[in-house]
Amino acid sequence: MKVTTQDVKYIAQLSRLNVPEADLLEATEQFNQILSYADILQKLDTTGIEPTPYVLPITNALRKDLVKEGATHEEALLNAPAVHNDGFKVPRVVE
Amino acid sequence: MDLFKYTAHELHEKLVNKEITAVELVNSVYARIDEVEEQVNAYISMSKEEALAQAEKVDAKIAAGEAIAPLAGIPVVFKDNINITGQVTSCASKMLNGVSAIFDAHVTENLRKEDAVFLGKANMAEFSIGNTTDNSFFGAAHNPWNLNCVTGGCATAAAVAAGEAVWALASDTSGDLRQPAAYAGCVGLKPTYGRVSRLGLAAYASSMDQIGAVTKDVTDAATILNAICGKDDRDSTSWEVETPDFTQALVQDVKGLRIGVPKEYFGENVDAKIKAEVEKAIAQYKELGAEIVEVSLPHTKYAVRTFYVIANGEAGANFARYDGVRYGYRNMEAQSASDMTARSRNEGFGEEVKLRLLFGTHVLSKGYYENYYVRAMKVRTLIRNDFEEAFKQCDVLLTPTTPVLAEAYNTEMDAFAKYELDFTTVTANLAGLPAITVPCGMVDGMPVGMQLIGKVLDEATILKAAYTFEQATDFHKAMAPLGGNK
Repeated sequence: MKVTTQDVKYIAQLSRLNVPEADLLEATEQFNQILSYADILQKLDTTGIEPTPYVLPITNALRKDLVKEGATHEEALLNAPAVHNDGFKVPRVVE
Repeated sequence: MDLFKYTAHELHEKLVNKEITAVELVNSVYARIDEVEEQVNAYISMSKEEALAQAEKVDAKIAAGEAIAPLAGIPVVFKDNINITGQVTSCASKMLNGVSAIFDAHVTENLRKEDAVFLGKANMAEFSIGNTTDNSFFGAAHNPWNLNCVTGGCATAAAVAAGEAVWALASDTSGDLRQPAAYAGCVGLKPTYGRVSRLGLAAYASSMDQIGAVTKDVTDAATILNAICGKDDRDSTSWEVETPDFTQALVQDVKGLRIGVPKEYFGENVDAKIKAEVEKAIAQYKELGAEIVEVSLPHTKYAVRTFYVIANGEAGANFARYDGVRYGYRNMEAQSASDMTARSRNEGFGEEVKLRLLFGTHVLSKGYYENYYVRAMKVRTLIRNDFEEAFKQCDVLLTPTTPVLAEAYNTEMDAFAKYELDFTTVTANLAGLPAITVPCGMVDGMPVGMQLIGKVLDEATILKAAYTFEQATDFHKAMAPLGGNK
């Protein structure tokens, strides 16, 4: 199942990555090579086979609902690229 | 005294008998690092002050006549995707360069209880993506057996083989613990998925990531497994199962043990010289009383593709957290929040990682999810079923750990051919099985590893089989020469 340059642009947007216009053709070609590599799996008959998302026989992982210490405010901000008013500072989100 | 040459259990004896101090030991290892690190590039960061403080604490305990844990005072290097509070966890990526951990991994907490000594963080493939360290933001690492050769997916085993650490804590998602161990002549143990908590391990492919140990011998592997296992409420995939004393498995006995040899791991895609070494090991097991059974794992040829779809899908979701907002690399010029995230990710991730994330997002997206992701999960079931069938006829499986020797840095290889090199190790990740690699020979001056894969939660049997072979051979005693040219 091949993809077009338009598809790659859309996937890049979903992935929050920029693929510069100049690289788009090459990226699409690379992407199609990967797809044909993965497409071999389509040849297998998997009728009636259940998927395995996780190998463990755990269905519900429950623990006691207790208040525990988490990261402090200072710790949470320790690695922030920009801080303002004790919060994470980011460029404008709404105009 | 070159203390860095000894195993953890030998050093433990020396500490307990007061032949050496923990401070002497850690200083000996750092002196060795000073000597060889420029050639190997195994380290991303070091924590000498903390290590010395930990060593002093152990010496004080010994002086006061207190009993010490088996790993107390023993210097260990962590792969740089496992958290130590206050130290950078970079995952060898520009994205996380300089980001310090604000909490300990569960394994780190466990090792603190043991009074282990933390040397620093080891080089790796960026976010564990790729089976060499070529894409590390900190430059590639070099194999101490031949500096012109790769170390595999991380430099933990290179550090151990070069004497820059006594043992290493590493993660294994596709074989990125076992393959470097085999390439460096070390022992590498990946426990059953769920045995060791993943809390504080930077997630790559969550359904397969598992922490294990790289060591100089099987005794150390068993000792470390005892220390790092156990249920942890903060990892929902941590399995509530009994942790036996794995050192009880260190007995020389394979009489009547049924060793399955899967023919798919001895095909044309495996170096004939490696096959010859592994076949010698099989003959040795037979001599020691084991029963050799030929088995088949017919879906092996689909394993890397299956892994590729699942792992990149999981990475696509996991790596959404790297948005430039709370930690990590940020493009400071962007004028809007969405542009900031896209530009930060674009500049923070390496090329291979970005390609994988694009693919991972694609296989999870509407219209493709069923055809790619769900299908791969179904093939994963077929691969698991293969193992289930094989284990009806045998107790452990024996294979080469890698299909090739550590390749030279100038080797031309197609990207897909390079992915396929993981086929021998990735199956144990897909099926969640425990597996260990032990050195079993030398070819052209490079170590060869054989892999033993066990049934779910049956680390004891692979440890016993590995120990029996090790005690009957001398391969684990060979020292890396730091030969060749970088």
